[in-house]
Amino acid sequence: MFEIGLSHYMTVSAILFTLGILGIFLNRKNVIIIMMSVELMLLAVNINLVAFSADLGDMVGQVFTMFVLTVAAAEAAIGLAILVVYFRNRGSIAVEDVNMMKG
Amino acid sequence: MAEIPNIIPALPEMFLASVAMALLMLGVFHKTGGINDIKASRLISLLSIVALLLAVLLVSTLSGGRLPTFANMFVSDTFAVYCKILVLAGSALAIIISYGFLERHDMARFEYSILILFATLGMMMMISANDLISLYVGLELQSLSLYVIASFQRDDTRSTEAGLKYFVLGAVASGMLLYGSSLVYGFTGTTNFDQLANLFDAHHGETSIGVIFGIVFILAGLAFKVSAVPFHMWTPDVYEGAPTPVTAFFSVAPKIAAMALFIRVMVGPFGGLVGEWQQIVIFISMASMALGAFAAINQTNIKRLMAYSSIGHAGYALIGLAVGTEAGIQSVLIYLSIYLMMNIGVFTCILYMRRDGHMVENIKDLAGMNRTHPMLALALTILMFSMAGIPPFAGFFGKFYIFVSAIEAHLYTLAIFGVLSSVVAAFYYLRIVQLVYFEDLEEALDKSAAPELAIVLTGTGLFVAFFFVYPTPILSAAAAAAASLFAG
Repeated sequence: MFEIGLSHYMTVSAILFTLGILGIFLNRKNVIIIMMSVELMLLAVNINLVAFSADLGDMVGQVFTMFVLTVAAAEAAIGLAILVVYFRNRGSIAVEDVNMMKG
Repeated sequence: MAEIPNIIPALPEMFLASVAMALLMLGVFHKTGGINDIKASRLISLLSIVALLLAVLLVSTLSGGRLPTFANMFVSDTFAVYCKILVLAGSALAIIISYGFLERHDMARFEYSILILFATLGMMMMISANDLISLYVGLELQSLSLYVIASFQRDDTRSTEAGLKYFVLGAVASGMLLYGSSLVYGFTGTTNFDQLANLFDAHHGETSIGVIFGIVFILAGLAFKVSAVPFHMWTPDVYEGAPTPVTAFFSVAPKIAAMALFIRVMVGPFGGLVGEWQQIVIFISMASMALGAFAAINQTNIKRLMAYSSIGHAGYALIGLAVGTEAGIQSVLIYLSIYLMMNIGVFTCILYMRRDGHMVENIKDLAGMNRTHPMLALALTILMFSMAGIPPFAGFFGKFYIFVSAIEAHLYTLAIFGVLSSVVAAFYYLRIVQLVYFEDLEEALDKSAAPELAIVLTGTGLFVAFFFVYPTPILSAAAAAAASLFAG
């Protein structure tokens, strides 16, 4: 039968990570989507860490994952707070409107 | 019973964390509204500066041996002590020069100094990190505070936009660093720097492709934090948008901390793989120097110009890392100390640029300044000469040691490239001097009555001008710091 091993987890994680990066750089619509892509990147890392941890039989990877989850929550909170402040000033959160400074 | 770890090596961090939280409480319970906000802000700024100075004292008592603690995740050595003192000094100076600015711009809120304290705490954790986990946590504590400080002028569109851009790109960089960390962990089975170093030494620099990928991702994340090309695109926008004292802070403390972390990660755990990363660092360094030199020429906004200048300076500092020897690291440490003083000085001059009570940021606004502000013009000239690397000012010595270490390591191309790009960069530094002295005065800048700016500017100006008289303390401290990195 087909066995799901470390390499499959790594592939899923790599695909998710790439999707996250593409979501940030190709997205032309909404800053919220960028925040979602950032979360996607961090979750891809978590899958990687947990898969490695299980494969190596070592708990450090899972401890690392807990730290990443905690920091990701703080990061999302701060990101949304900045976004709210930005929206109050600019009245829009479209990516193409984030263009006050250029050069 | 779990064993209680030795807390002595982390004492400065613990002190700073407790003070920051205590000050937060003090600020929250202070009376609010009108003049009370300003009073709270003043009080807490003052206490923060005192706390930072006490932290310097605590840090300097730790100099000497290598003290690992917390299951080897945190380490205090001479290298960490040197870099922490620089970072603490940068943060304290940044709070001092923000003092008047915050009140004039209706942003005198006590959270400002507390956020700087937390960012400083994160930087100290980064500098002392001895494990990929503590590296990540320290880096995030720093970054999250910095995102908030960048958008601190919350009713200003540009400041909030700077915060937003910094947040998005910073999050991407953290993600890349983390993905790299996960790969390194998966292919080696450890996150500890000492164990990683032993592992790579045992295999004589041979390693799997997974580890190489991991290192490249970590390099990308760190290159972002020191704003080196090709991960520099956030720098000009954030520097221009953020309030000026915040920009001054961004250009020194986080940069020094990130460079220290860069050095520790590359020389420590990945030191055995120098052949794998040296070419990448050389490329990053050359690209940063070239961009810093050429892209700044067309800038009209002085903060944006300083952003490109700082990209260039990151490139010069990376030469020392690319060399990878003790002499190279020593030269980076000297460079960073001089860079700290020069940059704080230049930003203090920028804070003087006010007309009718508003900040002006165009380079043209400096035209003919020596007629009305002769001392300021003199200080700015000294700082700009130093930035351009003209002897006998401090900036020349910073560059000199870097290039000498590159030549000793036979990296001739890198050294020649560095000298050439610093010649190009001299153009825009000297153009400012030319504007100040040889252009006609159109409209005078305000006379400033800010004693804190005058003190900081005098101090940094004197340091930069007379560094050559007695450079020995910094040189020997940097030598000891670099040696401690290679001893362990």
